[in-house]
Amino acid sequence: MKKLTKIFINSPYVVWSAMFVIVPLFIVIYYAFTDANGTFTFDNIAALKDYGYNFGISILYSFIATVLTLIIGYPVAYELSKAPQRTQKIQMMLIMLPMWMNLLIRTYTWMNILDNNGVINKILSLMGLGPVTFLGTPGAVIFGMVYNYLPYMILPIYTVMAKMDDSLLEAARDLGCNGFNVWKRLILPLSIPGVISGITMVFVPSVSTFYISQKLGSGKIMLIGDTIERQMQTNYNYHLGASLSLVLMVIILVSMFIMNRFSDNAGEGGMVA
Amino acid sequence: MKRFFCVIVACAMLVALAALPVSCKRNDSVANLEGDYTGLEGTSLYIVNWGEYISDGSEGTLDIIKAFEKVSGINVTYDDSTPSNEAMYAKLKSGAVAVDIVIPSDYMIQRMIKEDMLQKIDTSKIPNYKYILDEYKNLFFDPENEYSVPYNVGMVGIIYNKTMVEGTPDSWELLWDSRYKNNILSFANPRDAFATAQFLLGQDVNNTDKALWDVAAAKLKEQNPVLQGRVMDEVFNKMEGGNAAVAPYYAGDYLTMKSINDDLEFFYPKEGTNIFVDSMCIPKSAKNYEAALMFINFMLENEVALANAEYLCYASAHSGVVSNPDYSLKDNEILYPDSEHKPKTQYFYDLDPEIRSYYEKLWEGIVR
Repeated sequence: MKKLTKIFINSPYVVWSAMFVIVPLFIVIYYAFTDANGTFTFDNIAALKDYGYNFGISILYSFIATVLTLIIGYPVAYELSKAPQRTQKIQMMLIMLPMWMNLLIRTYTWMNILDNNGVINKILSLMGLGPVTFLGTPGAVIFGMVYNYLPYMILPIYTVMAKMDDSLLEAARDLGCNGFNVWKRLILPLSIPGVISGITMVFVPSVSTFYISQKLGSGKIMLIGDTIERQMQTNYNYHLGASLSLVLMVIILVSMFIMNRFSDNAGEGGMVA
Repeated sequence: MKRFFCVIVACAMLVALAALPVSCKRNDSVANLEGDYTGLEGTSLYIVNWGEYISDGSEGTLDIIKAFEKVSGINVTYDDSTPSNEAMYAKLKSGAVAVDIVIPSDYMIQRMIKEDMLQKIDTSKIPNYKYILDEYKNLFFDPENEYSVPYNVGMVGIIYNKTMVEGTPDSWELLWDSRYKNNILSFANPRDAFATAQFLLGQDVNNTDKALWDVAAAKLKEQNPVLQGRVMDEVFNKMEGGNAAVAPYYAGDYLTMKSINDDLEFFYPKEGTNIFVDSMCIPKSAKNYEAALMFINFMLENEVALANAEYLCYASAHSGVVSNPDYSLKDNEILYPDSEHKPKTQYFYDLDPEIRSYYEKLWEGIVR
């Protein structure tokens, strides 16, 4: 009886993921290993060697973006969790507020702000500096990733830290642990699950980014996401697009696996792991 | 705390509302646009077009789709999510939706006819077909006028900001000029980008010689160091805001930009340039053929065609528009150059798949 209830409760999710996750995944695999006539081939996989550069810069840029969001996000999450209740809510909302706007609009706006004649360069020229070319550089693309995905780093770390038991910290201090050691021996280990899920939630969308790189990279920087979009939208080569996506999925899975090795009890308190 | 939150939300909503009225000025005057729509009321019509490619009611213009729905009683689904001809092709080919009207360019129509994706259009049921100018009939992609009805005509030229560029340039060479390093834009679309190099090199844009495409690709690579970026619709912001000095784009769009930034100038390069015709077609997947015919006819009504020509600033293929004394762009020297100033032009033909994937591959080597 209990088993039956369990099946009943789970079924919407199982059906949903079967239809919209499992089946599409097999379609991707099918396309990746067939040609236009539907015959089995490794050509699409072999063609991937031409895209090593695009994979390389995607991984590099998203790695840098992930590190930067961690450096920026971790102290913010810590301060946030230690702030008084009422300001916590306000600060939380300020972090969430930009996410209420569409990513495309925010990115397009940044394109105008960073442009040669944009607000930043106007201010620089008032100070007798510049103009500085921001757009079309790797820096602009990485900036776009950091800007857009920073909340995904802050939130899971904050969640873990807010749940941390203050009496543990008090006990550590009572027993003579200094500030740095409290952080190193207590806060850091306890916040690892949040950090892991933060890294995952930033790295995964960053590595498959496409719109941000087109707008802030001025069409000069082609990440793997852009390459896949091109195969689907303009080249009408679903087979190559599928095999690129498949490899990207494998890369993401491998990096998640490596991440999980860092902490055995990841998932505890984290949102994704 | 709750109250503070509510105030913030309310403020955000107010700001959003304040932005709305701009797009709410509508002009639904459709006095003399009656037609015989018996039997079609309540049916639906699915239209695929590019973004910003129909008069849509903004800033007091005629909202064509709304007017058509009002006159005909047909429910229109208007889909302008396709950014390019290739995306339109992909959408039709995927078969995910039944499209009744699609508005691609010449070479794509040629490919769609070749691949049996379009239906013949019964022009006898489109009385307004008589307005189509003869020079846009019997073109290479549809020699018997069976599959397409011309909508707009355009040519590619070079836009430049006269405060940033010296003298009066007249050649594609301007896109390679190192004096304007980091201030030159080009197309993000491979076919258009290749054409800029091909015209400069004096090549035929429809050649099928891979060695010539290699030469054009080398020329494009040479351009990389001076290029600020490869863009499509972003060109409006960049040129209007003085963020770049030079950009090739479509003549009609230049007129739109010029109305915002008066420093912008335009020329047709002396080496020749690309001309294109965008036409209305009915795909094989169409479910409402009769309504599609009525829609095409509606688009060719004098009042509607004029509203479109005014809104889009593209050259019209409609005789009633080009001879209309009220047409603000009548005899505009850029849209309708006289025989003396007419540039040399080439249409893009549909290239065979081998050449297509060859230059796409070359393109991936250029953009990195």
